Amino acid sequence: MTHALADDPRGLARSHPSHGPLLEVRDLSVEYLLEQAVINAVDHVSLDVGAGEFLAIVGESGCGKSTLLFAIARLLYPPAAITGGSVTFQGRNLVGLTETDLSAVRWKDMSVVMQSAMNALNPVLSVAAQFRDAMRAHGVTSKQEIDKRSAEVLRMVGIDPVHLKSYPHQLSGGMRQRAMIAMAMLFTPELIIMDEPTSALDVVAQRSLMAQIKELQRTLGFAVIFVTHDMSLVSHFSDRLMVMYAGQVSEVGRTRQVFDAPKHPYTVGLMDAFPSIRGPRVPLMGIPGSPPDLARPPEGCRFAPRCPKVMPRCETSLPPLYQVEGVGVRCFLYDDGGAR
Amino acid sequence: MAMPISVSSGQPAGLPEPSALPGPGGARGRAARGRLTTAIRRNRKATAGVILLALFTLVALFPGLVPHYDPTEIFFGAKCPSCYSTPALVQSAPSAAHWLGTDLEGHDVFSQVVVGTRAVLVLAVVTGLLTTLIAMVVGVAAAYLGGFWDGVLNVVTDMLLVIPLFPLLIVIVKYLGQSGNLVLILVLTVTGWSYTARQLRSQAQSLRNRDFLLAAKVRGERSFYIIMVEMIPTMTSLLLACFLGNALYAVLAGSGLQFLGLGDPNMVSWGTTLYWADSQGALQSGLYLWEIVPGLCIALLGAAFALLNYAFDEISNPALRPLRAKKARRQAALAAPIGGRLASDDARAS
Amino acid sequence: MTELSTQPGPGPQAQDDSEPLLRVERLSRHFKIGNALSRATLHAVDDANFSVYERQIVAVAGESGSGKSTVARVLAKIYKPTSGEVYFQGKPLSAIKSRRDRLRYSGQVPMVFQDPFSSINPVFRVSHGVMRALKLHRPELTKEQREAEAVRVFDVVGLNPGAEVLQRYPHELSGGQRQRVGFAQALAMRPKLILADEPVSMLDVSIRIGLLNVMAKLRDTEGVSILYITHDLASARYVTDRLIIMYAGHIVETGPVEGVLSTPRHPYTELLLAAAPDPRAPLNVSSEADVGEPPRVIDPTPGCRFRWRCPLAIDECHRITPPLRELLPGHGVACHVAQAGAETGAFR
Repeated sequence: MTHALADDPRGLARSHPSHGPLLEVRDLSVEYLLEQAVINAVDHVSLDVGAGEFLAIVGESGCGKSTLLFAIARLLYPPAAITGGSVTFQGRNLVGLTETDLSAVRWKDMSVVMQSAMNALNPVLSVAAQFRDAMRAHGVTSKQEIDKRSAEVLRMVGIDPVHLKSYPHQLSGGMRQRAMIAMAMLFTPELIIMDEPTSALDVVAQRSLMAQIKELQRTLGFAVIFVTHDMSLVSHFSDRLMVMYAGQVSEVGRTRQVFDAPKHPYTVGLMDAFPSIRGPRVPLMGIPGSPPDLARPPEGCRFAPRCPKVMPRCETSLPPLYQVEGVGVRCFLYDDGGAR
Repeated sequence: MAMPISVSSGQPAGLPEPSALPGPGGARGRAARGRLTTAIRRNRKATAGVILLALFTLVALFPGLVPHYDPTEIFFGAKCPSCYSTPALVQSAPSAAHWLGTDLEGHDVFSQVVVGTRAVLVLAVVTGLLTTLIAMVVGVAAAYLGGFWDGVLNVVTDMLLVIPLFPLLIVIVKYLGQSGNLVLILVLTVTGWSYTARQLRSQAQSLRNRDFLLAAKVRGERSFYIIMVEMIPTMTSLLLACFLGNALYAVLAGSGLQFLGLGDPNMVSWGTTLYWADSQGALQSGLYLWEIVPGLCIALLGAAFALLNYAFDEISNPALRPLRAKKARRQAALAAPIGGRLASDDARAS
Repeated sequence: MTELSTQPGPGPQAQDDSEPLLRVERLSRHFKIGNALSRATLHAVDDANFSVYERQIVAVAGESGSGKSTVARVLAKIYKPTSGEVYFQGKPLSAIKSRRDRLRYSGQVPMVFQDPFSSINPVFRVSHGVMRALKLHRPELTKEQREAEAVRVFDVVGLNPGAEVLQRYPHELSGGQRQRVGFAQALAMRPKLILADEPVSMLDVSIRIGLLNVMAKLRDTEGVSILYITHDLASARYVTDRLIIMYAGHIVETGPVEGVLSTPRHPYTELLLAAAPDPRAPLNVSSEADVGEPPRVIDPTPGCRFRWRCPLAIDECHRITPPLRELLPGHGVACHVAQAGAETGAFR
C-alpha cells in the first residue's frame, strides 16, 4: 500500500483511547413525527467511541443505524427530531447547539462520508472545486494551501492528484468513494462517520477500500464510526462492534468476541445467516419474520416475536443491557450474569 | 452433485408482516375512500376547491334549484307619459326582484350567470377530459414504444406546440362560421393536447425503466396491454393533475375567446355575457355588476380547479405540505431536549 | 454433469446421457455507444459457451461489467445476440418468431428481477401478476383452477396462507416477500428454467437465506432449473451445482461449484475468493493490494482482459485471448498460465 505518509499534526494516540471517550452518546432517542404516527426510530441508545477507535454499527434495514448516525452528526431534518439524550463530542453536547456552533465542529473535528458518492458529490463541479468549496467554507483562503492540501489528501487515498480536474462521472465508483473519503479528511478530523460507504462497490473494490480506510486510520489516528448491514465486511477491521435491532442496541463489544461467541439470539441468527465460502456446507435458516412496526413498538423485548429462545417475561418487559464478559447484551438470558 | 440441504424441513415460513389494513377487499376499498375524505377535510386548499366546484356543478346540473328567470326575458321599466313604448328596465343596483340588477337591454344578470354556468362547466370538463385522453395516448405510447414511433409522435406534438394558439383559434373559428360550445371544445382540444402530451411522455419515460414493465414484457404481454393496463394506472395522480390543469385552461381560454367575440353571441355563457357587457359599455353606464360578476365567476371556477390541483399534489406528496406555524414550533421544541438551547434552524419547513 | 465447448476445434464434449436444457454457443452481445462523432462498440459479452441441464442450478458470478446480466437478458429475449446462438431444448432461439412460439418460450424461461421495490406494479394487488401469467400461459385452466393454482404457487414459495397474501398490495409486503412473489409468478407458468437476476442482492442478509432455500426447493420439488446471476460467491456456493465466473464479458472459469471454489485455477477467481468477506476465515491480505476495477470493454484488442490486474500475466496473455479449456473433468479455465501449468502437470 503505497501512499505518502501523512503528517500527524495533532500527534494523536494510535488506537489506544487515552483520556476519556472522544464521543459519548447517552440515551439518545430519535423520533419521526409524522401526521399519522410517531415512529420511534432510535430508542435510548448509548455508545462510546475512544480516540482512534473503529466502531462498527451493524444492523438490517429499518434498525435505525443510519438515523442514529445522522443524529450524531446533527444532520436530521423534520419530521425527524432528537427527542432525548445527549451527544457529547470532545466534551460538548452537540444536541441543542445552533447551526453556527455546529459548523465550527463540522468537518474540522467531525466529518461524514455518505453512502453513495454519486449522490453526495456535486456532478457539475470538478473534484478540485469541491475540495476548494469545503476548505473555503472553513476559512482557508490561500490558493496555495488549498491546492497543496487537495493533492495531499488525494494521494493519501491512493488517487493520482491529476484527477483533481476530473468530474465525478469521469471517475470509477471506487475512485469516487475514495475521493469522498479524501474530502472528509481535509482537516484531519478526530472522528469520521461513514454511512455504508462501500455498498455501491464491487467486492474487490470493497475489500481494498476497507483496507485503505483502516490503514489511514492507523496512520492518522482518527476514530471511525462505520455503519453497515454487512457484518462480515467489518469483521476484520473494526475494534468494537455494535449490533442494532429495531432502534435499540442488542449487543455491543469487542469485534472478535462478538463474532466468535455471539450472545444475543439476534446476533446468533444473523451470524448464521451468512453462508460460508470455505466452511462446511450446511442448510441455514435465516431469521423468520420481520422487524416490528416502529410506530407501534412492542412492549418488552423487540426481538421477542422472532426469537427462538423467547421466554414469557420477554414479551412484557424490556431487558436492560447486561454486561457479560465485557460484552453488552440486551437479553434476559443473561440476567444472572452468565449464559444459560 | 447432491446438495446436502433438506428443503422440506427447516424451511422458514414466510410470515406475513402485520399489514396496515386488515380485512378483505371491500373493507380495504372503504378504508381507502375514508382516508381520501379525511385528507380532503384536513387540507384547506382541497376543502375550498371541493366546495367551490361542488357549488358550480350543482348549479350547472340543476339550475332549477336556484330561483332565476329566463335570461332572454326582457324586463320593462316604469312607464313614462312621454315614451312611445315602455323602456327596458336598466338597473345597476341589486334589488329584491333582480339580485344582480339588469343589463342595458333589460335582461336579468343573475339569471344569465346561473344559466351560463352549465355551458362553462361543460366546456371545462369535456375539454379537460378530451385533451388529457389524447395527450395520454400519444405521450405514453411515444415514451413506451420509443424509436421510430416516438420520433413520429414527437414531430406531431411539437408542431402543435409551436403554432401560436390564438391566431389559430381565430382562423379556425372564423372558417367554421358558427362557434357554439361544440366548436370551442373542438378547437381548444386540438390546440391544447400537445403540452400535456409532452408532460406525460416525460413521466412515462421515467417509469419505462421500472422493472415491473420489463417483467410484464418478459411475461409475454402485448405492448398495448402494457401501456394501458400496467403503465397508465400508475400515472393517475399526474393524469388527474393534467385534467385539472386542462379544465382550468379551457375555462380561461374559452371564456377569453367568447369575450373577444369569437364565441356564439347568442349563447348564454359567462364569456358571452362579458362580451356583451364590454361591447355595450357596461362600466360607462354604471352597470358594474353586469361587467364584474361573470368575470368573478370565471375566476372562481378557475381557482377551484387550481386549488384542487395543488391540493392533490400535497395529499400525494407529503413533502409539499405546508408546515403551519404551530406545528413547526412544536417540532422545534421537541428537537431540543432537556436542558439544551433551542436551535433556531431546526424549525425548518421540510 | 458437464459439457464444455472449446473454440474452433473439436466440437462440444457432450455428455451422452441427456441433452442439455439450454445450450449457449459462442454468444456475443455488443452495444453501440457514443454519438455520431465518436462511435464505439461496447463488448458486454464475448464468446460465451455454457449449458444448463434439467434440475440444475447454475450460477453466473462476476462483478459489474462482467456481462452476467446481459447474458440473462439475452436468454430472456430482451436483447438479440450480436453473434452466436442459444439453443433451448435443442431448438435455436432465433427460430422463435411467431407470437405463439414467443409466448411459449417466455412461459418456459421466465425471469425474476433484482429490485423488490420496482418489480411489482404498485397499483394492483400481488395476485395481478400471477393471474395474468396463468391466463397467458395456461389457457387450458378455468377460472377456479387458476385461482387454486395461484394459491398453490404462493404456498410453495412460502407465502402462507396463499389465499390471504394474494389479496395484499405490494406496499404491504416486505422486500423478501416481494421477491417470493416474483418466484411465484415465474413458477405459475410451469417453467423449465428460471432466470434469476440477482434476486437477493437488495435484501437484508437474514432474509436472503429464505429466498435461497426457496430456490433450492424449486429445483428439488418442482423440477425447475435456475440460472442464478450474482456477485456473491457465498450465496452461489450455498445453492448452486455449477459455477460460471465471468470477467469483462468473458467466461474465465466454469465447473462444479465445490471444485471451482476449493481449487480455483483462474487468477481472477482467486482474487474474488480472497476478497469475499468471510468472518470465520482469517484475513487474506493479498486482495488488498489490488486497487483496480473491472474495465468497460470498448473496442477491445485481443488478449486476456484480466492481464492488467493479473500477477501472473505472461507475454502470451497480451496477444492471444485465452480460450476456455477443460483442465479437469468438467472444470474449464480460460487462462494461458493455468493451461500451461496443467499441461506440464505443475499445479499452482
